[in-house]
Amino acid sequence: MIKIENLQKHFGPKHILNGVNLEIKDGEVTTIIGGSGTGKSTLIKCIIRLLEPDGGKILFEGKDITHLNNEFELAKLRKNFGYLFQEGALFDSLTVGENVTFGLKYLTDTPKSEYAKIAKEKLALVGLKDIENLRPSELSGGMKKRVSLARVLATNPKVILYDEPTSGLDPIMSEIISQLILDLKKKLGVTSIVITHDMKSAFEISDTLAMLYEGKVQLAASKEEFKRTQNPYVKQFIEGSANGPIQMKISN
Amino acid sequence: MFKKTGKFLIFFFTQFGQATEMIKEAFFWFIKTPLEVNQTLQQIVKIGVESVPVILMTGLFVGMVLALQAGNTMQNILSEPLYIGLLVSFSLVRELGPVLTAFVISGRAGAAVTAEIGTMKVTEQIDALSTLGTNAIRYLVIPRLIAFTISIPILTIFADIMGIFGGFIVSVEGLGVPSSTYTNDITTYLGVDDLIHGLIKATVFAFTIGVICCYKGLNTRGGAEGVGKATTGAVVVSMVMILVIDYFLTAILHAFGV
Ligand SMILES: Nc1ncnc2c1ncn2[C@@H]1O[C@H](COP(=O)(O)OP(=O)(O)OP(=O)(O)O)[C@@H](O)[C@H]1O
Ligand SMILES: [Mg+2]
Repeated sequence: MIKIENLQKHFGPKHILNGVNLEIKDGEVTTIIGGSGTGKSTLIKCIIRLLEPDGGKILFEGKDITHLNNEFELAKLRKNFGYLFQEGALFDSLTVGENVTFGLKYLTDTPKSEYAKIAKEKLALVGLKDIENLRPSELSGGMKKRVSLARVLATNPKVILYDEPTSGLDPIMSEIISQLILDLKKKLGVTSIVITHDMKSAFEISDTLAMLYEGKVQLAASKEEFKRTQNPYVKQFIEGSANGPIQMKISN
Repeated sequence: MFKKTGKFLIFFFTQFGQATEMIKEAFFWFIKTPLEVNQTLQQIVKIGVESVPVILMTGLFVGMVLALQAGNTMQNILSEPLYIGLLVSFSLVRELGPVLTAFVISGRAGAAVTAEIGTMKVTEQIDALSTLGTNAIRYLVIPRLIAFTISIPILTIFADIMGIFGGFIVSVEGLGVPSSTYTNDITTYLGVDDLIHGLIKATVFAFTIGVICCYKGLNTRGGAEGVGKATTGAVVVSMVMILVIDYFLTAILHAFGV
């Protein structure tokens, strides 16, 4: 279980996270929704400790990891996680195959002879085949995203953090990825934290939804509660209405 | 004015402190984890082997122009082109070989290193390394530091040899110095200590360039524009630091009699 208490994070004078409270239960899919720039990516980067929080607490399996700073301890912590980057973050100097199997060398004892098989298998899971020898620069945006997901899946992490897994994918591919997230939960008991703007997918896969707004979680609840809620922020957001308490600032 | 200087000094020492921190980490991971052999070999090829042609050209022409200047000066002062071999080989081996090699490599390979690491930083590939069980120091910095530190001294020797050869051609063919005079100058006066002097410098320059270029890359911010800034910054700082270190190192080496 991951427990986040009163989490604070600012960049310079900008307070991005300002008292986030959230509990992520094992084997569940927790979805984080919220407007662009509200700090969703920042939040999950704090969980995997790519960022160090400025205040509050993060507990992972009961252990306080908020200010873990020893690189060895951090590496050990990160072994539990897979992280799908919003923009993919594929290594452009390596081939697709090398990208997918990159973590095996550092996170597992898998013999090298099995790398090719694993690459093929994980790419198949995300609907790709015969692209192992291409470079990331030769792929489309959606393909990059899926290769990146295959790279996350390769090491069989316990907890997967997905930063917009379906953005940039066509509706059918989005559905396939949503099903994949559910499959991982059912078959392997993977805990998932998913950031998404895709409300259809969010309602389909989530056990718990959490909405981030103005540095806080406005509501964290099951999807039934989420649909019924009278919380005006949440209502406006899931209805996608321009009128309501959330005023998007449009510059110019 | 004072405020600006103060700000600059603070900025300089912060960066210096952070770069030192990076060196410490590099030593830590170098001792604690196996070396990325493939990455290191790849970098030796990129930084060292691929720089051989440009270093040979640089060495050759520097040697030639040194001979020409020395010859003309000696002709004017002593009415005879004397000691050209001595002047060419001394300036090359002790000073110009290491400095110019370091300059050329910081422009050629150092810039590329900063641009590559900087791009990886702004596209979150550096973070990706951390989530996949390794980190930028292990996977990127150590192989590059090793590649610079091995390549530059060897390239310096190449530059020295080409320069002495270039000086030979100009002296013998252009200034009419007997070839035995030129080579005697070198064999009589140039010693192993001169070579050591030059190679110590080359090694220190190499490590400095490596640290500066990796550090600048890892601290890149702000997209493509940031990568551009980091890259020019890395080359400029490298070059200035080479000259500054060159002066102090020369003084120190002299004090130790090398
Ligand atoms: N390294 C950083 N330095 C400074 N500011 C940052 C940094 N990272 C993020 N920010 C700022 O923090 C805010 C939140 O960013 P974040 O990426 O977490 O948003 P997000 O909710 O993921 O948005 P999106 O849905 O568009 O991905 C933004 O205003 C951004 O400008
Ligand atoms: Mg984001």
